[in-house]
Amino acid sequence: MSSAIPLLLAIGLGLAGWLVARARAWRFKSTAAQGRLPSLPIYHAWYAGLWIGGPVLVFAAIWIAISGNLVLQHVLSGPAASALPAFGMRRDAILNEARNVASGFADRVLIPEAQGLVEPFREAAALYSWIGIAVALVLGLAGGLWAFTRLKPDFAARARVEGGVLFVLFLASLVAILTTFGIFVTLVFETVRFFGMVSPIDFLFGTHWGPDPMANAATTDGSRYGAIPLFWGTIFIGAIIAMIVAIPLGLMSAIYLTQYADPRARKWIKPALEILAGVPTVVYGYFAALTVAPAIRDMALAVGISNASSESALAAGMVMGIMIIPLVSSLADDSITAVPQAMRDGSLAMGATKNETIRRVLIPAALPGIVAGIMLAVSRAIGETMIVVMAAGASANLTANPFEAMTTVTFQIVAMLTGEASLEHPATLSAFALGFVLFIITLVLNIAALRVVKRFREAYD
Amino acid sequence: MVTDVNQPTETSESAPKIRATDVSVFYGAKKAIDQVSIDIHTEHVTAFIGPSGCGKSTFLRTFNRMNDTIAAARMEGSIELDGEDIYQSGMDVVQLRARVGMVFQKPNPFPKTIYENIAYGPRIHGLAQSKGEIDTIVEKSLRRAGLWEEVKDRLEDSGTALSGGQQQRLCIARAIAVDPEVILMDEPCSALDPIATAKIEELIDELRGRYAIVIVTHSMQQAARVSQRTAFFYLGNLVEYGHTSDIFTNPREKRTQDYITGRYG
Repeated sequence: MSSAIPLLLAIGLGLAGWLVARARAWRFKSTAAQGRLPSLPIYHAWYAGLWIGGPVLVFAAIWIAISGNLVLQHVLSGPAASALPAFGMRRDAILNEARNVASGFADRVLIPEAQGLVEPFREAAALYSWIGIAVALVLGLAGGLWAFTRLKPDFAARARVEGGVLFVLFLASLVAILTTFGIFVTLVFETVRFFGMVSPIDFLFGTHWGPDPMANAATTDGSRYGAIPLFWGTIFIGAIIAMIVAIPLGLMSAIYLTQYADPRARKWIKPALEILAGVPTVVYGYFAALTVAPAIRDMALAVGISNASSESALAAGMVMGIMIIPLVSSLADDSITAVPQAMRDGSLAMGATKNETIRRVLIPAALPGIVAGIMLAVSRAIGETMIVVMAAGASANLTANPFEAMTTVTFQIVAMLTGEASLEHPATLSAFALGFVLFIITLVLNIAALRVVKRFREAYD
Repeated sequence: MVTDVNQPTETSESAPKIRATDVSVFYGAKKAIDQVSIDIHTEHVTAFIGPSGCGKSTFLRTFNRMNDTIAAARMEGSIELDGEDIYQSGMDVVQLRARVGMVFQKPNPFPKTIYENIAYGPRIHGLAQSKGEIDTIVEKSLRRAGLWEEVKDRLEDSGTALSGGQQQRLCIARAIAVDPEVILMDEPCSALDPIATAKIEELIDELRGRYAIVIVTHSMQQAARVSQRTAFFYLGNLVEYGHTSDIFTNPREKRTQDYITGRYG
């Protein structure tokens, strides 16, 4: 836990600097002409606080990330580490145990070899803890010195603090962007490894999916990695069955809520619909698996469809559609509400009925927004995992029969990553290739949807 | 509350097109219009003038029951169109609005093509069976609205791509495409520049021969230019109603005189 000390120092030093700078600025104020400063004392305080706390905070974040590794390297370079096995699980276990005992998580070693490493670990941890504290102090003092030399009665602290705030906000938004980028890079990296073993042609156009995690990785059979059945299952469940349920129901509920419901009904129905969006997908999953799927199978058997399975694309797709209704409905609601009242009045004044006005004026005018909502819904549906894991089944069938079990890209990602194969095996790596394709599809859908929404907004501003 | 409503003496006039009797309109508990009675005649332009918030637009919207779309609005009194009470139960609002067209303050063409904007009314009212008949109506309406020469080569362009003045004439063309008897205009020029305004005023003057036109306006010059009769509203009351020339040269009421001479408003 010693690696957290720089973090505490960042807060402590920053606060101290803040208080001192404020006191100093108050003194400036009492000596300034008419008792007024260009910047309020509080801004002097923040200026100093940011200069002290900021660099230390950044250092602390980096330090927390790397200090564990530095300690380990230090121990490994010492004489006590020479007796360790060169690599493998036993080596990791010994190191882990020694570290745990050294930092007090465990009170005694179980593996005898670890005993000799406890003391080196303890020493290294102490050493790096002191290094961390020293660097944090130096950084804090340097920042403080810089800030305090600049604090003068006529110093424009306010503008500097504004700039600092801007920088902090920029960093915050950068985190999300960098994360997306990082995910993308990881996916690309693993996907390239997978395509080194299985040809992209086999993967993208093959129609048989049956990776064998036990097969020898060196002689991978590319014909077992045809992902077409998975893409088809994903599209059939997420983009076809789910949308057949979600689009009409979502659109009609949006029309009812915006055009017909009186305010009291709207006050109840809209939040109720939004609760539907808040139900965890795993709950939808067992609703689909335990209630809907058996009911559909019984119904199918009753009308004479003999090959109906207890896990079916229809059950997963329908429940997914219900899950998507609030998304479609709320985006359609927004875009119908955004159609100017003047448009409705114009139509009504022509003698159109409410229904004609909705069909001929409101829906066409709101169509771009509605289409964008549907695109977002599709991208949500094809990325959905839990419902298909629980209700759609695992068999990669290339069929258009909704009563049969089907599998999707997301299901196979789960199955491959949690399978018995090692991380180097093509069966496991195929999960990354599948994820990559899914990522690209949803990215394209989202970008397209956002562009449509943007164009729609411009039309009425 | 109405102290002196001067119905102009009619000599050669037949029955009024619209007769409003003791009309009051409420928004919730607030009274927006207080027992107004007025006669609107065909082949005339009637102007409603008065300061903002005096209820003239609200009153105008009672003639085609557009206030029905506002949940909190309630109306008392009676309005007759050709002697028939338009607020009686069983009155078909769709038919009423086909007979009483409306043009709004801000041009509000539908986000459809110019052609489809005009064809909208005839289609919903079933006025034309074939494509040819609709073509005829579209051309006739655009010609009457003085827009045909400007748009005949681009009927498939979006109505919203036209200039503000053209959009407003498109809306007038849309209104006359269903062959109404009355056209209500709610400050039709308030969003337009002076040149576009002049064109609309010219158009109103041409249309007068066919329809009863009621125009709400903030501009007294506009009322003086385009209307034959003028009604002055103040705080929900009809203060004075008469021939436009009389109202502007020889008002009976001091409040009218104060308003038209710019003492308030």
